[in-house]
Amino acid sequence: MATVSIREVHKHYDDFHAVKGVSLEIKDHEFVVLVGPSGCGKTTTLRMVAGLESITEGRVLIGDTVVNELPPMDRDIAMVFQNYALYPHMSVYDNMAFGLKMRKFDKAEIKSRVAQAADILGIKDHLHRKPRQLSGGQRQRVALGRAIVRNPQVFLFDEPLSNLDAKLRVQMRVELKKLHQRLGTTAIYVTHDQVEAMTLGDRVVVMKDGLIQQVGEPLDLYNTPANKYVAGFIGSPAMNFADVTIANNGSGLVATNTAMSIAVPEHLAAPLGPHVGKPATFGIRPEDLRLADGSEPQHQTFEAVVEVAEQLGSEILLDVTCGPSSMVASVDPTVRVKPGEKIRLAFNPKRAHFFDGKSEMAVRG
Amino acid sequence: MIEGAVWRRWVFFYIPLTLFLIFLLFPFYWMLITTFRPDGELYRPWRAANYTPFWTWNPTLDHIAYLFRETMFATWLWNTMFIAIASTIISLICGVFAGYALARLNFPFAGSLGTGIFITYLVPQTLLFIPLSEIIRNYKLGDTPWSLILTYPTFLIPFCTWLMMGYFKAVPKELEECARIDGASRWQAMLYIIIPVAIPGILSAGIFAFTLSWNEFIYALVFLSSPEQKTVPVGVVSELIRGDVFFWGPLMAGALLGSIPVAIAYSFFVEHYVSGLTGSVKG
Repeated sequence: MATVSIREVHKHYDDFHAVKGVSLEIKDHEFVVLVGPSGCGKTTTLRMVAGLESITEGRVLIGDTVVNELPPMDRDIAMVFQNYALYPHMSVYDNMAFGLKMRKFDKAEIKSRVAQAADILGIKDHLHRKPRQLSGGQRQRVALGRAIVRNPQVFLFDEPLSNLDAKLRVQMRVELKKLHQRLGTTAIYVTHDQVEAMTLGDRVVVMKDGLIQQVGEPLDLYNTPANKYVAGFIGSPAMNFADVTIANNGSGLVATNTAMSIAVPEHLAAPLGPHVGKPATFGIRPEDLRLADGSEPQHQTFEAVVEVAEQLGSEILLDVTCGPSSMVASVDPTVRVKPGEKIRLAFNPKRAHFFDGKSEMAVRG
Repeated sequence: MIEGAVWRRWVFFYIPLTLFLIFLLFPFYWMLITTFRPDGELYRPWRAANYTPFWTWNPTLDHIAYLFRETMFATWLWNTMFIAIASTIISLICGVFAGYALARLNFPFAGSLGTGIFITYLVPQTLLFIPLSEIIRNYKLGDTPWSLILTYPTFLIPFCTWLMMGYFKAVPKELEECARIDGASRWQAMLYIIIPVAIPGILSAGIFAFTLSWNEFIYALVFLSSPEQKTVPVGVVSELIRGDVFFWGPLMAGALLGSIPVAIAYSFFVEHYVSGLTGSVKG
């Protein structure tokens, strides 16, 4: 077990700057997820920790050791790859034992460790098989087994679930979480799937264009996104955005555009003061919208036109347009609306977000 | 498979396939039948009443016996085998390492070096034997098996390198990365993981190299002169065609016996060989 420190790390490929100064402190036992779109530098960062990519600038520490110049074998890490990377000519047992054999463990020790890992992962009956005789889920387990037999300081996961079908992915996600709770090994996990990130991570690191956008616990990212990118990336369906202008109408601050004029919630009035007369983005999550019933003040509602109603059983997702912006509202399943109908949506002012029009940073109360 | 009426299947599948097979296999059939046909039938005028070119009622082993009694065919077979195996092993070892290096190690000019190696393969043997014969003479290797064992790699190594390079590129990089994280050095990762995975490719390269050196003619003709040093292709042609007299029976018997080892090599490895050509490594 160990901490991992990534300090001001850069990666240049010829003229491409893939990672632009990433700093991250990972605590012992922590499960940290790096999430972002493809090409955001998350995999490159992971591979630099693994030692599979050289570090152009900056330092990586595992425990107290600077590992920049250490080859992968000396970093005491284990990595699970997206395509499993099982050795096709070896049996499951030999796949799992390979790392131990390379490290000159004695035979009995290897046997007991492999048996134990196989037991944890439920692949005891497949030890003599070749990888090609296994299903996707079983292969994934073998890959995990190969990582855990060595009992390394850090686990590195590079999109390990993305080759599985949707149902299995959910199942393996839960198992991974359980495995981590059981072993407690420090883990860095890379994915492009925000649901995986939210469910697995003790902390989630959102990356884009080689930069960290925000680091935080899953619910922190969800409730208080640092910028418009994180707000839109975390959560499904995604947060709704509307471009507005902040104005002062005498009685308080309002956010207006051609289709809506809403009051700025009290707790955001002060920080939004300097933004008067400037463009901003209003953000609201689908579940913080509901059909107005007339009880709420006029300035906490806006008018919208229903495009599509998606019945999900537990809720209805209304795809609506509100002037220039399209939005999604998650409403009560008893609501009956038709496409083309004009409705009034009320929003929860406490959960409204505003982002600076230029920097796209969140405006916080 | 072709869908639809039976006649369509015949017209578009079975008949063309049969014609194609006849076209390809007829020379082999001709070789076989000539080997076992007695001289009396072989040299019978085609207008003769009992002329049966495609069949014989009096098969004979005379030609094969002649081959072993009157020529040094057994020695030629042994020479060819030795030379082909030795040059194949040399070329495979070089080709596997060079192919791995070109496919995996990022060293400067790797790309142009790969192209360079390929270009050397394109130099025709009919030109290359001129400078090579000079070298062979300077090193006093003429008329020894080494003249061929050391010159065949000039076209076998580029060939094996290219084949192996393509094969190694198809092996997922993660396998090796995983091995290196597991604690293997680059050498160990190559020996324990990459080479075992690449065995179908190595076998294909080996079979190709073996066949190419088994059948090679020009270098063998130029570098070897005494009958006891010759290889099968050169021995058969030089000893059984005297002036304008063709000893068709022994010639064809020599050709038949000469192709059997190659045929065995192919059929023995055919499973690996086919999967090697299609290059499938599934994780």
